[in-house]
Amino acid sequence: MAVPTDEQIIEQLQLRRERRWSIYDHPNLIRSASVLVFLLLWEFFGRETDPILFTYPTAVAEAFVKLIVSGELIKQLAVSLSALAVGFIASLVLGVALGLALGMSRTVEAFFEPPINALYATPQVALTPLLMMWLGLGFSVKVAVVFLFAFFPILINTASGAKNVSAAMVEVARAYLAPPRQILFKVICPAALPFIMAGVRIAIGRALVGMIVAELFTAVTGLGAMLSLYGNIFETAKMFVVIVVLAGLGVGLVRLTQWLERRLATWKETERALG
Amino acid sequence: MLEVRRLSKIFFEQNDPRKPGLVALYNISLAIRKNEFVSLLGPSGCGKTTLIRIIAGLLTADRGEVLVNSQVVNSPGRDRCMVFQQFGLLPWRTVVSNVEFGLEIDGVPREERRAFAEQYLELVGLKGFENYYPHQISGGMQQRVGIARALSKKPEILLMDEPFGAVDAQTREQLQEELLKIWAQTETTVVFVTHSIDEAIYLSDRVVVMQARPGRIKEEVIIDLPRPRWEGDIKADPRFAQLRARLRDSLRS
Repeated sequence: MAVPTDEQIIEQLQLRRERRWSIYDHPNLIRSASVLVFLLLWEFFGRETDPILFTYPTAVAEAFVKLIVSGELIKQLAVSLSALAVGFIASLVLGVALGLALGMSRTVEAFFEPPINALYATPQVALTPLLMMWLGLGFSVKVAVVFLFAFFPILINTASGAKNVSAAMVEVARAYLAPPRQILFKVICPAALPFIMAGVRIAIGRALVGMIVAELFTAVTGLGAMLSLYGNIFETAKMFVVIVVLAGLGVGLVRLTQWLERRLATWKETERALG
Repeated sequence: MLEVRRLSKIFFEQNDPRKPGLVALYNISLAIRKNEFVSLLGPSGCGKTTLIRIIAGLLTADRGEVLVNSQVVNSPGRDRCMVFQQFGLLPWRTVVSNVEFGLEIDGVPREERRAFAEQYLELVGLKGFENYYPHQISGGMQQRVGIARALSKKPEILLMDEPFGAVDAQTREQLQEELLKIWAQTETTVVFVTHSIDEAIYLSDRVVVMQARPGRIKEEVIIDLPRPRWEGDIKADPRFAQLRARLRDSLRS
Protein backbone atom coordinates (compact mmCIF):
# COMPACT_ATOMS: atom_id res chain seq x y z
CA MET A 1 0.00 0.00 0.00
CA ALA A 2 1.21 3.46 -0.82
CA VAL A 3 2.19 5.67 2.09
CA PRO A 4 -0.39 8.47 2.42
CA THR A 5 0.80 12.03 1.97
CA ASP A 6 0.83 14.53 4.86
CA GLU A 7 -2.22 16.17 3.30
CA GLN A 8 -4.16 12.88 3.27
CA ILE A 9 -3.26 12.07 6.88
CA ILE A 10 -4.41 15.49 8.06
CA GLU A 11 -7.66 14.97 6.15
CA GLN A 12 -8.16 11.44 7.45
CA LEU A 13 -7.54 12.30 11.09
CA GLN A 14 -9.61 15.46 10.71
CA LEU A 15 -6.81 17.59 12.03
CA ARG A 16 -7.62 20.55 9.85
CA ARG A 17 -8.55 23.51 12.00
CA GLU A 18 -10.27 26.67 11.00
CA ARG A 19 -8.32 29.61 12.26
CA ARG A 20 -10.53 32.20 13.89
CA TRP A 21 -10.08 35.85 13.15
CA SER A 22 -7.62 37.25 15.64
CA ILE A 23 -6.22 40.73 16.18
CA TYR A 24 -2.75 39.18 16.53
CA ASP A 25 -2.76 38.30 12.84
CA HIS A 26 -3.23 41.94 11.87
CA PRO A 27 -0.40 43.98 13.42
CA ASN A 28 -0.82 46.69 10.77
CA LEU A 29 -4.34 47.35 12.00
CA ILE A 30 -3.00 47.91 15.50
CA ARG A 31 -0.26 50.16 14.15
CA SER A 32 -2.73 52.30 12.22
CA ALA A 33 -4.93 52.55 15.29
CA SER A 34 -1.93 53.71 17.32
CA VAL A 35 -1.18 56.52 14.86
CA LEU A 36 -4.83 57.55 14.71
CA VAL A 37 -5.23 57.66 18.51
CA PHE A 38 -2.03 59.65 18.81
CA LEU A 39 -3.13 62.20 16.19
CA LEU A 40 -6.59 62.58 17.75
CA LEU A 41 -5.18 63.14 21.24
CA TRP A 42 -2.66 65.59 19.86
CA GLU A 43 -5.36 67.49 17.98
CA PHE A 44 -7.62 67.58 21.02
CA PHE A 45 -5.09 68.65 23.64
CA GLY A 46 -2.95 70.66 21.23
CA ARG A 47 -5.80 73.10 20.60
CA GLU A 48 -5.88 73.87 24.34
CA THR A 49 -2.25 74.95 24.51
CA ASP A 50 -0.56 78.28 23.87
CA PRO A 51 0.09 78.41 20.06
CA ILE A 52 3.53 79.91 20.71
CA LEU A 53 4.67 76.83 22.63
CA PHE A 54 2.83 74.03 20.90
CA THR A 55 0.58 73.25 17.98
CA TYR A 56 -1.83 70.62 16.64
CA PRO A 57 -1.98 68.36 13.54
CA THR A 58 -4.42 70.35 11.40
CA ALA A 59 -2.37 73.51 11.94
CA VAL A 60 0.76 71.63 10.92
CA ALA A 61 -0.98 70.34 7.80
CA GLU A 62 -2.07 73.87 6.94
CA ALA A 63 1.48 75.20 7.42
CA PHE A 64 2.77 72.31 5.33
CA VAL A 65 0.55 73.28 2.39
CA LYS A 66 1.66 76.92 2.71
CA LEU A 67 5.35 76.00 2.70
CA ILE A 68 4.89 73.70 -0.30
CA VAL A 69 2.98 76.33 -2.28
CA SER A 70 5.57 79.00 -1.57
CA GLY A 71 8.26 76.56 -2.75
CA GLU A 72 10.32 77.18 0.36
CA LEU A 73 10.16 73.65 1.76
CA ILE A 74 11.15 71.99 -1.51
CA LYS A 75 14.02 74.41 -2.03
CA GLN A 76 15.47 73.98 1.45
CA LEU A 77 14.89 70.22 1.36
CA ALA A 78 16.89 70.02 -1.87
CA VAL A 79 19.74 72.00 -0.32
CA SER A 80 19.81 69.77 2.75
CA LEU A 81 19.53 66.52 0.81
CA SER A 82 22.35 67.37 -1.57
CA ALA A 83 24.68 68.15 1.35
CA LEU A 84 23.57 64.89 2.98
CA ALA A 85 24.17 62.89 -0.20
CA VAL A 86 27.62 64.32 -0.94
CA GLY A 87 28.81 63.99 2.66
CA PHE A 88 27.44 60.50 3.03
CA ILE A 89 28.86 59.16 -0.23
CA ALA A 90 32.27 60.60 0.66
CA SER A 91 32.17 58.89 4.05
CA LEU A 92 31.05 55.63 2.43
CA VAL A 93 33.87 55.60 -0.12
CA LEU A 94 36.62 56.66 2.26
CA GLY A 95 35.23 54.65 5.19
CA VAL A 96 35.11 51.40 3.22
CA ALA A 97 38.52 51.94 1.61
CA LEU A 98 40.32 52.82 4.82
CA GLY A 99 38.33 50.22 6.75
CA LEU A 100 39.48 47.45 4.43
CA ALA A 101 43.09 48.59 4.74
CA LEU A 102 42.76 48.71 8.51
CA GLY A 103 41.18 45.27 8.69
CA MET A 104 43.76 43.64 6.48
CA SER A 105 47.01 45.07 7.76
CA ARG A 106 48.08 45.22 11.37
CA THR A 107 50.64 47.89 10.54
CA VAL A 108 48.04 50.18 9.00
CA GLU A 109 45.72 49.45 11.91
CA ALA A 110 48.34 50.31 14.53
CA PHE A 111 49.29 53.48 12.66
CA PHE A 112 45.76 54.86 12.32
CA GLU A 113 44.40 53.63 15.64
CA PRO A 114 45.38 56.62 17.85
CA PRO A 115 43.95 59.41 15.64
CA ILE A 116 40.82 57.40 14.87
CA ASN A 117 40.17 56.60 18.51
CA ALA A 118 40.74 60.19 19.52
CA LEU A 119 38.44 61.59 16.83
CA TYR A 120 35.78 58.96 17.40
CA ALA A 121 35.74 59.61 21.14
CA THR A 122 35.38 63.37 20.68
CA PRO A 123 31.72 64.36 20.42
CA GLN A 124 31.66 65.36 16.76
CA VAL A 125 29.38 68.34 17.48
CA ALA A 126 32.34 69.94 19.25
CA LEU A 127 34.23 70.16 15.97
CA THR A 128 31.46 71.96 14.12
CA PRO A 129 32.46 75.53 15.16
CA LEU A 130 36.02 74.80 14.09
CA LEU A 131 34.85 73.53 10.71
CA MET A 132 32.75 76.69 10.32
CA MET A 133 35.84 78.79 10.89
CA TRP A 134 37.66 76.88 8.18
CA LEU A 135 34.91 76.41 5.64
CA GLY A 136 32.47 79.27 6.19
CA LEU A 137 28.69 78.97 6.33
CA GLY A 138 27.98 77.40 2.95
CA PHE A 139 27.56 74.00 1.37
CA SER A 140 31.05 72.69 2.12
CA VAL A 141 30.77 72.97 5.89
CA LYS A 142 27.56 70.91 5.82
CA VAL A 143 29.24 68.26 3.73
CA ALA A 144 32.17 68.19 6.13
CA VAL A 145 29.98 67.80 9.22
CA VAL A 146 27.83 65.09 7.59
CA PHE A 147 31.04 63.30 6.62
CA LEU A 148 32.41 63.53 10.13
CA PHE A 149 29.23 62.11 11.63
CA ALA A 150 28.84 59.23 9.15
CA PHE A 151 32.46 58.26 8.60
CA PHE A 152 33.31 56.42 11.83
CA PRO A 153 30.55 53.82 11.98
CA ILE A 154 31.33 52.81 8.39
CA LEU A 155 35.07 52.76 9.00
CA ILE A 156 34.89 50.75 12.19
CA ASN A 157 32.36 48.23 10.90
CA THR A 158 34.24 47.69 7.66
CA ALA A 159 37.49 47.18 9.54
CA SER A 160 35.98 44.60 11.88
CA GLY A 161 34.29 42.90 8.92
CA ALA A 162 37.54 42.63 6.99
CA LYS A 163 39.33 41.45 10.11
CA ASN A 164 36.78 38.72 10.74
CA VAL A 165 36.98 37.13 7.31
CA SER A 166 37.88 33.57 8.16
CA ALA A 167 41.47 32.64 7.43
CA ALA A 168 40.12 29.43 5.90
CA MET A 169 38.34 31.31 3.11
CA VAL A 170 41.40 33.37 2.28
CA GLU A 171 43.39 30.14 2.23
CA VAL A 172 40.96 28.58 -0.25
CA ALA A 173 41.48 31.54 -2.55
CA ARG A 174 45.26 31.23 -2.18
CA ALA A 175 45.09 27.51 -2.95
CA TYR A 176 43.24 28.39 -6.16
CA LEU A 177 46.01 30.83 -7.08
CA ALA A 178 44.05 34.03 -6.56
CA PRO A 179 46.29 37.11 -6.66
CA PRO A 180 45.89 39.63 -3.78
CA ARG A 181 43.54 41.86 -5.79
CA GLN A 182 41.17 38.96 -6.46
CA ILE A 183 41.34 37.86 -2.82
CA LEU A 184 40.25 41.38 -1.89
CA PHE A 185 37.36 41.61 -4.36
CA LYS A 186 36.18 38.01 -4.46
CA VAL A 187 36.63 36.98 -0.83
CA ILE A 188 37.22 39.82 1.63
CA CYS A 189 34.72 42.31 0.20
CA PRO A 190 31.76 39.94 -0.06
CA ALA A 191 32.55 38.43 3.33
CA ALA A 192 32.69 41.88 4.93
CA LEU A 193 29.57 43.16 3.17
CA PRO A 194 27.08 42.35 5.96
CA PHE A 195 29.32 44.24 8.40
CA ILE A 196 29.63 47.19 6.04
CA MET A 197 25.85 47.33 5.64
CA ALA A 198 25.39 47.35 9.41
CA GLY A 199 27.76 50.32 9.52
CA VAL A 200 25.83 52.05 6.76
CA ARG A 201 22.58 51.68 8.69
CA ILE A 202 24.07 53.39 11.74
CA ALA A 203 25.87 55.98 9.63
CA ILE A 204 22.77 57.08 7.75
CA GLY A 205 21.00 58.11 10.95
CA ARG A 206 24.06 59.93 12.14
CA ALA A 207 24.50 61.67 8.79
CA LEU A 208 21.00 63.10 9.23
CA VAL A 209 21.94 64.40 12.68
CA GLY A 210 25.12 65.92 11.24
CA MET A 211 23.14 67.67 8.52
CA ILE A 212 20.75 69.31 11.01
CA VAL A 213 23.55 70.21 13.43
CA ALA A 214 25.49 71.97 10.67
CA GLU A 215 22.42 73.84 9.48
CA LEU A 216 21.40 74.88 12.97
CA PHE A 217 24.87 76.27 13.56
CA THR A 218 25.17 78.04 10.22
CA ALA A 219 21.45 78.94 10.02
CA VAL A 220 21.60 80.16 6.43
CA THR A 221 19.98 77.50 4.27
CA GLY A 222 18.44 74.06 4.62
CA LEU A 223 15.91 72.42 6.89
CA GLY A 224 17.97 73.19 9.99
CA ALA A 225 17.98 76.89 9.09
CA MET A 226 14.16 76.75 8.73
CA LEU A 227 13.91 75.18 12.17
CA SER A 228 16.03 77.91 13.65
CA LEU A 229 14.20 80.71 11.79
CA TYR A 230 10.65 79.66 12.65
CA GLY A 231 11.70 78.89 16.20
CA ASN A 232 12.98 82.41 16.62
CA ILE A 233 9.82 84.02 15.27
CA PHE A 234 7.50 81.63 17.17
CA GLU A 235 5.88 80.08 14.10
CA THR A 236 5.60 76.77 15.90
CA ALA A 237 3.38 75.08 13.30
CA LYS A 238 5.98 75.70 10.57
CA MET A 239 8.69 74.36 12.86
CA PHE A 240 6.70 71.19 13.26
CA VAL A 241 6.43 70.82 9.50
CA VAL A 242 10.23 70.59 9.39
CA ILE A 243 10.30 68.14 12.29
CA VAL A 244 7.74 65.89 10.60
CA VAL A 245 9.65 66.02 7.31
CA LEU A 246 12.85 65.05 9.17
CA ALA A 247 11.08 62.18 10.89
CA GLY A 248 9.82 60.97 7.51
CA LEU A 249 13.31 61.31 6.05
CA GLY A 250 14.81 59.30 8.90
CA VAL A 251 12.31 56.47 8.53
CA GLY A 252 12.64 56.49 4.74
CA LEU A 253 16.43 56.29 4.79
CA VAL A 254 16.49 53.45 7.31
CA ARG A 255 13.95 51.55 5.20
CA LEU A 256 16.11 52.11 2.14
CA THR A 257 19.19 50.65 3.82
CA GLN A 258 17.21 47.67 5.08
CA TRP A 259 16.00 47.02 1.56
CA LEU A 260 19.56 47.35 0.23
CA GLU A 261 20.82 45.01 2.92
CA ARG A 262 18.34 42.36 1.89
CA ARG A 263 19.19 42.76 -1.79
CA LEU A 264 22.97 42.68 -1.36
CA ALA A 265 23.42 40.03 1.30
CA THR A 266 20.74 37.50 0.36
CA TRP A 267 22.88 34.61 1.50
CA LYS A 268 23.17 36.07 4.98
CA GLU A 269 19.42 36.65 5.09
CA THR A 270 18.53 33.06 4.22
CA GLU A 271 21.21 31.76 6.52
CA ARG A 272 19.59 33.67 9.36
CA ALA A 273 16.13 32.43 8.40
CA LEU A 274 17.32 28.85 8.57
CA GLY A 275 18.99 29.45 11.91
CA MET B 1 56.03 12.33 -9.61
CA LEU B 2 55.51 13.82 -6.16
CA GLU B 3 58.49 13.69 -3.89
CA VAL B 4 59.00 14.97 -0.38
CA ARG B 5 62.61 15.23 0.76
CA ARG B 6 63.71 15.40 4.39
CA LEU B 7 60.98 17.82 5.35
CA SER B 8 60.91 19.40 8.81
CA LYS B 9 58.53 21.97 10.21
CA ILE B 10 58.54 23.65 13.59
CA PHE B 11 55.74 25.76 15.02
CA PHE B 12 57.10 28.55 17.17
CA GLU B 13 55.53 30.09 20.21
CA GLN B 14 53.03 32.71 19.11
CA ASN B 15 54.42 35.53 21.22
CA ASP B 16 58.08 34.64 21.12
CA PRO B 17 59.34 33.60 17.69
CA ARG B 18 62.79 32.75 19.05
CA LYS B 19 61.51 30.06 21.33
CA PRO B 20 60.97 26.80 19.46
CA GLY B 21 57.59 25.23 20.14
CA LEU B 22 56.25 22.06 18.66
CA VAL B 23 58.14 19.98 16.13
CA ALA B 24 55.25 19.26 13.75
CA LEU B 25 57.27 17.32 11.18
CA TYR B 26 60.71 15.77 11.48
CA ASN B 27 62.67 14.50 8.51
CA ILE B 28 59.79 13.35 6.34
CA SER B 29 60.65 11.68 3.05
CA LEU B 30 58.05 10.26 0.73
CA ALA B 31 57.74 9.42 -2.97
CA ILE B 32 54.43 9.03 -4.75
CA ARG B 33 53.96 7.61 -8.26
CA LYS B 34 51.68 8.99 -10.92
CA ASN B 35 48.05 7.90 -10.47
CA GLU B 36 48.79 6.40 -7.10
CA PHE B 37 46.32 6.77 -4.24
CA VAL B 38 48.23 7.32 -0.99
CA SER B 39 46.73 7.91 2.45
CA LEU B 40 48.45 9.61 5.35
CA LEU B 41 47.11 7.89 8.44
CA GLY B 42 47.78 8.88 12.01
CA PRO B 43 46.42 10.21 15.28
CA SER B 44 45.64 13.88 15.66
CA GLY B 45 48.77 15.91 16.23
CA CYS B 46 50.98 13.71 14.07
CA GLY B 47 51.44 16.43 11.49
CA LYS B 48 49.49 14.87 8.61
CA THR B 49 47.51 18.02 7.94
CA THR B 50 50.68 20.10 8.20
CA LEU B 51 52.35 17.81 5.67
CA ILE B 52 49.52 18.04 3.13
CA ARG B 53 49.39 21.83 3.56
CA ILE B 54 53.10 22.06 2.83
CA ILE B 55 52.63 19.88 -0.26
CA ALA B 56 49.78 22.22 -1.30
CA GLY B 57 52.13 25.18 -0.88
CA LEU B 58 49.94 26.86 1.73
CA LEU B 59 52.63 26.50 4.35
CA THR B 60 56.39 26.62 3.97
CA ALA B 61 58.70 24.01 5.42
CA ASP B 62 61.64 24.96 7.61
CA ARG B 63 63.93 22.33 6.13
CA GLY B 64 63.67 20.06 3.11
CA GLU B 65 61.72 20.37 -0.10
CA VAL B 66 58.72 19.21 -2.10
CA LEU B 67 59.14 18.27 -5.74
CA VAL B 68 56.45 17.84 -8.36
CA ASN B 69 57.70 16.32 -11.62
CA SER B 70 61.24 16.97 -10.33
CA GLN B 71 60.56 20.69 -9.87
CA VAL B 72 60.81 22.23 -6.41
CA VAL B 73 57.53 23.86 -5.40
CA ASN B 74 56.89 26.16 -2.44
CA SER B 75 53.67 27.91 -3.34
CA PRO B 76 50.25 26.76 -4.56
CA GLY B 77 50.26 25.70 -8.20
CA ARG B 78 47.83 24.54 -10.86
CA ASP B 79 49.27 21.03 -10.72
CA ARG B 80 47.88 20.56 -7.20
CA CYS B 81 44.33 21.13 -5.93
CA MET B 82 43.14 20.92 -2.39
CA VAL B 83 39.88 19.60 -0.97
CA PHE B 84 39.38 21.05 2.50
CA GLN B 85 38.17 19.43 5.67
CA GLN B 86 35.57 22.14 6.31
CA PHE B 87 34.71 22.26 2.57
CA GLY B 88 35.95 25.86 2.16
CA LEU B 89 32.94 26.97 0.12
CA LEU B 90 32.13 30.65 -0.22
CA PRO B 91 28.70 31.09 1.42
CA TRP B 92 27.59 33.99 -0.82
CA ARG B 93 28.08 31.96 -3.98
CA THR B 94 25.72 29.35 -5.34
CA VAL B 95 26.83 25.77 -5.83
CA VAL B 96 27.67 26.23 -9.51
CA SER B 97 29.41 29.53 -8.88
CA ASN B 98 31.52 27.90 -6.16
CA VAL B 99 32.62 25.23 -8.63
CA GLU B 100 33.47 27.99 -11.11
CA PHE B 101 35.64 29.81 -8.57
CA GLY B 102 38.97 28.26 -9.58
CA LEU B 103 38.23 28.66 -13.30
CA GLU B 104 37.16 32.25 -12.74
CA ILE B 105 40.49 33.02 -11.08
CA ASP B 106 42.20 31.47 -14.12
CA GLY B 107 40.26 33.81 -16.38
CA VAL B 108 38.25 31.14 -18.20
CA PRO B 109 35.39 32.90 -20.10
CA ARG B 110 31.97 32.86 -18.44
CA GLU B 111 30.14 30.52 -20.86
CA GLU B 112 32.97 28.03 -20.94
CA ARG B 113 33.43 27.82 -17.18
CA ARG B 114 29.69 27.46 -16.64
CA ALA B 115 29.61 24.49 -19.02
CA PHE B 116 32.67 23.03 -17.32
CA ALA B 117 31.25 23.50 -13.85
CA GLU B 118 27.99 21.82 -14.83
CA GLN B 119 29.88 18.89 -16.25
CA TYR B 120 31.77 18.38 -12.98
CA LEU B 121 28.63 18.85 -10.90
CA GLU B 122 27.10 16.02 -12.88
CA LEU B 123 30.19 13.91 -12.21
CA VAL B 124 29.75 14.29 -8.44
CA GLY B 125 25.99 13.73 -8.69
CA LEU B 126 24.81 17.26 -7.96
CA LYS B 127 22.95 18.01 -11.18
CA GLY B 128 19.88 20.08 -10.35
CA PHE B 129 21.45 21.77 -7.32
CA GLU B 130 23.32 24.45 -9.30
CA ASN B 131 21.49 27.41 -7.82
CA TYR B 132 21.37 26.35 -4.18
CA TYR B 133 23.50 28.13 -1.62
CA PRO B 134 25.95 26.02 0.45
CA HIS B 135 23.93 26.40 3.65
CA GLN B 136 20.86 25.01 1.91
CA ILE B 137 22.46 21.62 1.21
CA SER B 138 23.84 18.88 3.46
CA GLY B 139 27.48 18.52 4.52
CA GLY B 140 27.98 15.57 2.19
CA MET B 141 26.67 17.58 -0.75
CA GLN B 142 28.84 20.55 0.23
CA GLN B 143 31.92 18.36 0.08
CA ARG B 144 30.87 17.10 -3.37
CA VAL B 145 30.90 20.74 -4.42
CA GLY B 146 34.40 21.04 -2.94
CA ILE B 147 35.51 17.97 -4.92
CA ALA B 148 33.92 19.23 -8.14
CA ARG B 149 35.67 22.58 -7.66
CA ALA B 150 39.04 20.85 -7.25
CA LEU B 151 38.51 18.48 -10.20
CA SER B 152 37.37 21.28 -12.51
CA LYS B 153 40.94 22.53 -12.58
CA LYS B 154 42.13 19.11 -13.81
CA PRO B 155 44.97 18.88 -11.29
CA GLU B 156 47.64 16.22 -11.62
CA ILE B 157 47.56 15.81 -7.87
CA LEU B 158 44.44 15.94 -5.75
CA LEU B 159 45.18 16.77 -2.11
CA MET B 160 42.42 15.82 0.31
CA ASP B 161 42.61 16.88 3.93
CA GLU B 162 40.21 14.68 5.91
CA PRO B 163 37.55 15.50 3.34
CA PHE B 164 34.92 13.20 4.82
CA GLY B 165 35.63 13.94 8.47
CA ALA B 166 32.69 16.31 8.82
CA VAL B 167 29.95 14.13 7.31
CA ASP B 168 27.88 11.33 8.82
CA ALA B 169 28.97 7.68 8.56
CA GLN B 170 26.57 6.59 5.80
CA THR B 171 27.27 9.57 3.61
CA ARG B 172 30.94 8.99 4.23
CA GLU B 173 30.86 5.46 2.82
CA GLN B 174 28.90 6.65 -0.16
CA LEU B 175 31.37 9.45 -0.83
CA GLN B 176 34.32 7.06 -0.52
CA GLU B 177 32.83 4.83 -3.19
CA GLU B 178 32.11 7.77 -5.47
CA LEU B 179 35.60 9.10 -4.98
CA LEU B 180 37.06 5.78 -6.11
CA LYS B 181 34.85 5.81 -9.21
CA ILE B 182 35.85 9.36 -10.06
CA TRP B 183 39.50 8.59 -9.46
CA ALA B 184 39.26 5.60 -11.78
CA GLN B 185 37.90 7.90 -14.51
CA THR B 186 40.16 10.89 -14.15
CA GLU B 187 43.79 9.74 -13.93
CA THR B 188 44.73 11.70 -10.86
CA THR B 189 47.29 11.15 -8.16
CA VAL B 190 45.62 11.43 -4.76
CA VAL B 191 47.11 12.23 -1.37
CA PHE B 192 44.45 11.62 1.24
CA VAL B 193 44.68 12.53 4.91
CA THR B 194 42.56 10.52 7.32
CA HIS B 195 42.48 9.11 10.82
CA SER B 196 40.14 6.28 9.88
CA ILE B 197 41.89 2.95 9.33
CA ASP B 198 39.01 1.51 7.27
CA GLU B 199 38.86 4.56 5.04
CA ALA B 200 42.60 4.39 4.40
CA ILE B 201 42.49 0.69 3.49
CA TYR B 202 39.36 0.92 1.37
CA LEU B 203 40.69 3.78 -0.76
CA SER B 204 44.45 3.47 -0.99
CA ASP B 205 47.20 1.76 -2.88
CA ARG B 206 49.52 2.57 -0.02
CA VAL B 207 49.04 3.80 3.53
CA VAL B 208 51.68 5.96 5.19
CA VAL B 209 51.42 5.60 8.95
CA MET B 210 52.47 8.67 10.90
CA GLN B 211 53.37 9.20 14.52
CA ALA B 212 53.28 12.23 16.79
CA ARG B 213 55.93 14.07 18.83
CA PRO B 214 57.81 14.65 16.71
CA GLY B 215 55.61 14.17 13.62
CA ARG B 216 57.27 11.46 11.54
CA ILE B 217 56.60 8.52 9.27
CA LYS B 218 56.46 5.24 11.11
CA GLU B 219 55.98 2.86 8.21
CA GLU B 220 54.38 2.39 4.84
CA VAL B 221 51.89 -0.40 4.18
CA ILE B 222 51.03 -1.58 0.67
CA ILE B 223 47.30 -2.28 0.27
CA ASP B 224 47.19 -5.25 -2.08
CA LEU B 225 43.42 -5.57 -2.30
CA PRO B 226 42.01 -5.98 -5.82
CA ARG B 227 40.27 -3.10 -7.61
CA PRO B 228 37.56 -2.07 -8.24
CA ARG B 229 36.76 -2.20 -4.56
CA TRP B 230 33.15 -1.05 -4.67
CA GLU B 231 31.90 -4.36 -6.03
CA GLY B 232 30.83 -6.79 -3.34
CA ASP B 233 31.72 -6.30 0.30
CA ILE B 234 35.45 -5.83 0.36
CA LYS B 235 35.41 -4.90 4.04
CA ALA B 236 34.38 -8.50 4.80
CA ASP B 237 37.42 -9.83 2.94
CA PRO B 238 39.87 -11.65 5.28
CA ARG B 239 42.75 -9.69 3.74
CA PHE B 240 40.97 -6.47 4.68
CA ALA B 241 40.75 -7.68 8.28
CA GLN B 242 44.46 -8.57 8.29
CA LEU B 243 45.40 -5.13 7.04
CA ARG B 244 43.10 -3.50 9.57
CA ALA B 245 44.75 -5.44 12.44
CA ARG B 246 48.18 -4.62 11.09
CA LEU B 247 47.49 -0.87 10.89
CA ARG B 248 45.78 -0.80 14.27
CA ASP B 249 48.86 -2.38 15.85
CA SER B 250 51.09 0.05 14.07
CA LEU B 251 49.09 3.03 15.34
CA ARG B 252 49.02 1.71 18.89
CA SER B 253 52.66 0.93 19.56
